Amino acid sequence: MATLTIGLFSSLIGSMNYDFALKLADAAKDKGHTVNLWFSGNAASSPQKGQKHLKDYSHGEKPLRALIEKGVEVCTCEACSVARAVQKTTAIEGVKWNAMHWYLAKAYSSDRVLHIGGE
Amino acid sequence: MSDVKITFLVQRPPYKSENPKLATTHAMSYQVVEILLEDGQTITPALCYVGEGVLNCLKDQKAMETYGITSTEMHLKNCLLVDMDVYACKEDFDKYGIGEDRIIDADDMGADKKMQIVPFAKIQELMETSTHVMFF
Repeated sequence: MATLTIGLFSSLIGSMNYDFALKLADAAKDKGHTVNLWFSGNAASSPQKGQKHLKDYSHGEKPLRALIEKGVEVCTCEACSVARAVQKTTAIEGVKWNAMHWYLAKAYSSDRVLHIGGE
Repeated sequence: MSDVKITFLVQRPPYKSENPKLATTHAMSYQVVEILLEDGQTITPALCYVGEGVLNCLKDQKAMETYGITSTEMHLKNCLLVDMDVYACKEDFDKYGIGEDRIIDADDMGADKKMQIVPFAKIQELMETSTHVMFF
């Protein structure tokens, strides 16, 4: 089994990149791979908990919680998150908070890195 | 001893999106990544500018005055100061009519490194020899 690290820079709402990344992470985990997920840029607003699931918009909280439950390691860029008013106290539990070197370190040990750029 | 090479490829113009700046900050973080790695493990970044991305490399950016934020120029100068390899595509500078006198250096900060203006073939070679390529 391999290690996949996904760097996600797109916002939860505004494109389907976020939705795609979470589904890919889920599929890879189900196949038995180790999966790391890094949020930076606009993706760093997505660990906010209490997201309302409106049918016209992508929603991330429920699938993100499911990924964490499955053992996907999820980390957000702390600077990117706090700049978007997402605080640890109001964030989805289980999401790690770190800086960009976390992503590079995961890239180091990954068989594949999928870097999904932002808008 | 094991080194992983990562190419950070910037294609977008500055300030239109956050991406070009995130490229510099992510690349710069190689300076502290060793705290999360084992002894002898290293990451070598190469920061490359192509297409509209070369517009990030222009001198005298007024980001603080205009937007109240640190300029991409300052980030790039810091990259040069810590001896990171920074490349920009010569053909794209030529396309925009940008001469080398308008391109960022960090001489005033005492940096030894210069931005390397290279043919796209060199950037392609970097991508092909890197372990990972990240597009910004």
